[in-house]
Amino acid sequence: MNSSAGIAPTGETVVIEKPVLGAIIDRLWRDGYTVVGPTLAESAIVIDQVRAIDDLPIGWTDEQEAGMYRLRRREDRAYFGYAVGPHSWKQYLFPPKTTLYSIEFHADAMTVKPNVDPVPSYAFLGVRSCDLHAIEIQDRVFLHGPYVDRHYQARREKALIIAVHCAVAASTCFCASMGTGPRSVRGFDLALTELEGEFLVEIATPRGAAICDGIPSRAATGYELGAAARIVDKTRDSMKRSLNTNGLPDLLYQNLEHPRWDQVAERCLSCTNCTMVCPTCFCHALEDVPALDGASSEKIRQWDSCFNPDHAHMAGGNNRPDIRSRYRQWLTHKLASWVDQYGVSGCVGCGRCVTWCPVGIDITEEAAAIRGDQQ
Amino acid sequence: MNVPRPRLGVFKFASCDGCQLSILDCEDEILAVADRVEIAYFLEATRRPLEGGFDVSLVEGSISSPEQIDQIKDVRERSKFIVAIGACANGGGIQGLRNFISIEESIAAVYANPSYVKTLEKSRPIADFITVDLELQGCPINKYQLLNVIAQMLVGAKPRVPDHAVCLDCKRRNIVCVVVSQGKACMGPVTSTGCEALCPAHDRGCFACYGPSHQPNTAALASRFESIGVPSDQIRRFFHAFYSTSQEFVAEGLRHV
Repeated sequence: MNSSAGIAPTGETVVIEKPVLGAIIDRLWRDGYTVVGPTLAESAIVIDQVRAIDDLPIGWTDEQEAGMYRLRRREDRAYFGYAVGPHSWKQYLFPPKTTLYSIEFHADAMTVKPNVDPVPSYAFLGVRSCDLHAIEIQDRVFLHGPYVDRHYQARREKALIIAVHCAVAASTCFCASMGTGPRSVRGFDLALTELEGEFLVEIATPRGAAICDGIPSRAATGYELGAAARIVDKTRDSMKRSLNTNGLPDLLYQNLEHPRWDQVAERCLSCTNCTMVCPTCFCHALEDVPALDGASSEKIRQWDSCFNPDHAHMAGGNNRPDIRSRYRQWLTHKLASWVDQYGVSGCVGCGRCVTWCPVGIDITEEAAAIRGDQQ
Repeated sequence: MNVPRPRLGVFKFASCDGCQLSILDCEDEILAVADRVEIAYFLEATRRPLEGGFDVSLVEGSISSPEQIDQIKDVRERSKFIVAIGACANGGGIQGLRNFISIEESIAAVYANPSYVKTLEKSRPIADFITVDLELQGCPINKYQLLNVIAQMLVGAKPRVPDHAVCLDCKRRNIVCVVVSQGKACMGPVTSTGCEALCPAHDRGCFACYGPSHQPNTAALASRFESIGVPSDQIRRFFHAFYSTSQEFVAEGLRHV
């Protein structure tokens, strides 16, 4: 296909030279999108605004292990040659802190004003398959239940998603065993595979096609399609960790008094890190914050965690009074009762909870220990 | 809203005045409460003499000398509600480092002629002597946390002071974990919130100046410190620096000598 000839049809796969991705980024900003994607910050690849192609962590990768993350230089100049970092797209669809509404007090009445601040139209650049599944899970939580979360909905409906098929797996990745990757199969507008000098671009939606309109590209060859498939196959084959999901919910329910819970409680800090980096965890706390002049008050929603002792505190005390009960709650919800609640596992195998646990507790190892597997 | 104007007192014991400075640092915000609260006693800011009772007293500092015991009891009698503010008032503070050695040893180390020094053997928190109604941690306290407590009290709500680990705040602020990404020692996983993750936001590990979080798993964190090569005496200092009255921190520190 010669690209200058108009909008590429949905379902087509085209090839662009690598620097042309910069033109797509420019186009997104011009069209009113706030482009967020991988970028270098502090000591990790985080998700933040991507103004230009040079903001991507070109030539960088990450080394990950349980409780350990290090940035490393690559020998090539790959644009997406790393796995997922500490942030997920949850930061943008379900922000850590949101004002839900404010209340103004008058002499004999009060006015409630919902927060209707305009939300940005995000273009998510570089979304991995595990995270597409995570977004789909949060859709079930915030959009598909009996109540729709208006704040999530406003952000979600506007978001344009450009996926990237994974070319490397971190040692903490286990999406293949969860059936959530590494190939992105749905939930994106465009999907990229990084070849040596080009990107293969799958155009999945009219919105994605509109972004590619006028962008110099050509039709993909059969060889290129094959090469792209082999890249993702190789990533799948290189994955070291796995989680055996066979009959897992029943297995966990039948082992609520397993001694392993005591052992993991000795190591667990109950610090909340695993739940915060988890792209599907959605627990939150509501708080009234009165203004100092007494004239108004705000209702604030913040990320919270089942590992925060305060989270389960109610009249009569805390129904998860120790670390053992909190860890068990998290693992059994994530891998078992989540399935009862939402029809899918709450785990997408991204490995963030493994990497970002300060003491390196590994969800795959804990589940395997309950099962009695030898690891 | 018709709320009677409560009388507020600010009292100081053994301390560096840093928490009182945090109150003075509320320049802009204090105007919003100026006509809702009567600041009846605050030597760092005004010269009004100590008279009458107080609806709310903010108490800074630890109890470190014999006469302070009488003074804090007097403050209690004058006050309906006492908020102990800061690491000194609630955990003994930096001066609590002397609690780990003999008093003779520490006096001799500081004073050339110690004959006139009247001191208690240990630097002790306010709650060892009187009933404290609310504790605000930190060295120094966070002014926004204090203002929020005042705002909550003014609307008649029970003040809420969370004590979860600092990590939750790091993640709410998108701060990358310095333990995982750089192998730095950080007390955040066992330290109470309140500072909004100030040190990790500046690429440093947490120093635990807000004291222990709820049910801190100190042994697991100390074992992690060992595995990333933190020397034993440094692990002890992490646990003993600010809250020498916390049983969990003191016991963990003593395991690393």
